[in-house]
Amino acid sequence: MVDRQSVTPGNPWVAQLARIQGIQQELPSVATYDLVLEDPTVAEAFKFQPGQFNMLYLPGFGEAAISISSDPSHLASLQHTVRAAGNVTTALSRVHVGDQLGVRGPFGSSWPLEACRGKDVVIACGGIGLPPLRPLIYYMIQHREEFGRVHLLYGARTPGELLFTDEFPPWQAAGIEMAVTVDLGYDDWTGDIGVVPVLFHRLNLNAHKTIVMTCGPEVMMRFVIFEALARGIDPRNIYLSMERNMQCAVGLCGACQLGPKFVCKDGPVFTYEQMEPYLMLEDL
Amino acid sequence: MNSAKPLVGSFVRIQKRDLQSLVDELKAVHDRVVGPREIDSAIVYDDLDHVDQLPIGVIDHQEGGVYRLTHESSDSHFDYVVGPQSLKSFLFPPHETISESFRKDGQWEIQAVETPATRIAVLGPRACDLRGLAIQDKVFLEGPYVDPGYKRRRDALFIVAVNCRRSVATCFCHAMDCGPAVTSHFDLALTEMDECFAVEIGTSAGGVAMDATSWEPMSETEVAQAKEVSVELEESMRNGTSARQMETGGIRELLMDNLEHPRWQEVADRCLSCGNCTMVCPTCFCSSADEVADLSGDHVRRERSWASCFTAEHSYMHSGNVRKTTRSRYRQWLTHKLATWQDQFDSSGCTGCGRCITWCPVGIDLTEEVAAIRGE
Amino acid sequence: MSEKPKLAVFKFASCDGCQLSLLDCEDELLAVADAVEIAYFLEARTDQIAGPYDIGLIEGSVTTAHDAERIREIRQQCKFLVTIGACATSGGIQALKNWQDADEFVRSVYATPEYISTLSTSTAIADHVPVDFELRGCPINRHQLLELISSLLRGRRPTTPSYSVCIECKRRMTVCIAVARGVACLGPVTQAGCDALCPAFDRECFGCFGPKETPNVISLTNHYQQQGVDGDHLTRLTRSFNANAPEFKEASDLLSGEPPLADNGDH
Repeated sequence: MVDRQSVTPGNPWVAQLARIQGIQQELPSVATYDLVLEDPTVAEAFKFQPGQFNMLYLPGFGEAAISISSDPSHLASLQHTVRAAGNVTTALSRVHVGDQLGVRGPFGSSWPLEACRGKDVVIACGGIGLPPLRPLIYYMIQHREEFGRVHLLYGARTPGELLFTDEFPPWQAAGIEMAVTVDLGYDDWTGDIGVVPVLFHRLNLNAHKTIVMTCGPEVMMRFVIFEALARGIDPRNIYLSMERNMQCAVGLCGACQLGPKFVCKDGPVFTYEQMEPYLMLEDL
Repeated sequence: MNSAKPLVGSFVRIQKRDLQSLVDELKAVHDRVVGPREIDSAIVYDDLDHVDQLPIGVIDHQEGGVYRLTHESSDSHFDYVVGPQSLKSFLFPPHETISESFRKDGQWEIQAVETPATRIAVLGPRACDLRGLAIQDKVFLEGPYVDPGYKRRRDALFIVAVNCRRSVATCFCHAMDCGPAVTSHFDLALTEMDECFAVEIGTSAGGVAMDATSWEPMSETEVAQAKEVSVELEESMRNGTSARQMETGGIRELLMDNLEHPRWQEVADRCLSCGNCTMVCPTCFCSSADEVADLSGDHVRRERSWASCFTAEHSYMHSGNVRKTTRSRYRQWLTHKLATWQDQFDSSGCTGCGRCITWCPVGIDLTEEVAAIRGE
Repeated sequence: MSEKPKLAVFKFASCDGCQLSLLDCEDELLAVADAVEIAYFLEARTDQIAGPYDIGLIEGSVTTAHDAERIREIRQQCKFLVTIGACATSGGIQALKNWQDADEFVRSVYATPEYISTLSTSTAIADHVPVDFELRGCPINRHQLLELISSLLRGRRPTTPSYSVCIECKRRMTVCIAVARGVACLGPVTQAGCDALCPAFDRECFGCFGPKETPNVISLTNHYQQQGVDGDHLTRLTRSFNANAPEFKEASDLLSGEPPLADNGDH
């Protein structure tokens, strides 16, 4: 018997409907979906911290955990930047403005705004690792005076795969010091060539007042961490965002475990101190 | 019939023949009464109408990969221990629809599916399974998010526990501090004596359930005699005469400091990664959520099912499975169960019930694996 | 031209049982016929629409030189090629001939053996052409077939598990016959998808869905031997509908000490 009357408020398994109010094709395989929650009460209550994620649901296809990539102070536009890769994200690449999807969230831990206050900040990310950090960049621009130097180190495989390039000039104008690199440059690329961790070599960091945050492929994050550690930065001041299979996102399904941590509820943002025993092990 | 209700925490005596009136009373107020039954060569939970359906005189023999029943001409009602099922399937069912989505005129509607819980009274859970229940309560009810289906079913569960009088070779509840004595999470707890059952009243609901059954108060000496059943069993288990042993001191550090121990590969050479251990474990709580759509795609059910860390899909990410090898999956299971569970839920995830040993098709024994890593 | 995707069903060496699973869809068959154009399906309709096809379902194994050629042509005609059933995915029961002298069979079975032109082996379709997806089973499960068609129509990944039969068996609360009765059952090393049908009817799994992901067949057969199960029985168990599936073959060859006569690549 299906009883649709007595629904537990806040049943954590069940998605709320949202409508797509805009789609920005960032790259051939990456798009930003701008969502508005349909139920005004749900929309009103929705707040998120930079680094948190939503479960996006396409009925018939399933759910995918996607970080929120928009400005946390501008909740009328909930953006998710998605690369078409798996089952659900490929299906997402076929939706249109006006279509509906389900949203559960926001879930998980966030970038350490408090720890960053009064400190210099290094944001090091690669490829699709930039969107989970964009809310943080917006926040830091809006509260620029609360932070020291803010470095953004960003890389992609090719210049054509760099995300949000239109926003780089305004970010720089707002006091974000950017260094951008690619693995493979074309003829007209005049910027750096090489991997993101190498960009650390040009920074002159004060180890005791620097927070490092990184998001990207695990191998890139490991090398970012090596560079940060080599400069004397405390493992407690290095933050990374992890990814694992998630079925529930609320600590009930067990799929996202990484050592003693549930990536969904203890993460996705962890300190390196938390991850150190597990990050360098194969197949954990 | 008694005019007074027995007090919570007290012990009363019922005659063996009067167990039926307790079952009848439970049937009157619950949708289902289930108890141990001998079905398909094993003791499993099934509907219980009459105490004659209990496996009276049945004895189980368990070892790695082997489970056998024998029949004796005794009137012992509960002298087998745990079968393949625990309380898990009643509270966390193998399949559960969590939501349904309907598309009409291009518009979706997503509805939670919250099936009202069947009120079940279970006769027969042992100490290890009550501990398993307590552990799953912690997972599903005491985290930042409550599992609504589990909560509904949990609230509707009535438990008549049973104290074990014997153990089998796969039992090690004593080593995990989970038994053999039933100590909590029950409404009533039975101890089978020669002529009668000693009944411990665990909750006021348990006291109410005794309404229709004639009982007598027990003297202090008689209560001590009843308790002695568990004490004696625990002693024989600790002496290693009837059970497995597991040294749990420092087990978290032992396992987490030995994540690259060669033993993981040795056990992987035997392990089938079939997932049986996780299915029969009373505490394993992993699940997957899958879409079940009709051909039009307009009606979709989201179905949650038991999942296992021994499968590839459990650690599937688009960039590749995290745990590709049986070595990494066995390591995940054992380290979670015995070590990282402590970080997550302040207790071990193991109750010492021994099901993962018995129901492993090739008889892999986690106590042996731990001992090997310990260098014993 | 219809807008609907064109579905074609082709038969190789097989019993037709898997094709029949499509016809056996009964309630859903009309919906399938509505969603796809069944362009080529000799078992179901006499009209044949020429390729190319969007979806090709291949039943049966390759046992003749002609079939080895025909599957290459079909591959070129099909955008998405799906093998259905144990014959197509591993070579089927007829792959037992891989361990025997096929010429001797032909001489003893047929009155005029010179009319018979056959390869010495029965092999999986994937041994000859690239395959996009496989549906296991002898026969396939119609729910899985519908799931596959539905997923192809909607452009999503089909949910067909690759884990063991035991997971389905335990989910339906069947008592394990291997552990409780000492019966040699292939469930622990066989891919799910049948909803653990045989054990639910008190019969051991005989591996008709073929090896699961990361199977460890030899560990299981070793264990059964230690429990006193006869080695010949285990050889027969692993050498049946999916005899030629690599992990089953490895186990049966080890048990029997007898590898196939002909190399499987031989065609």
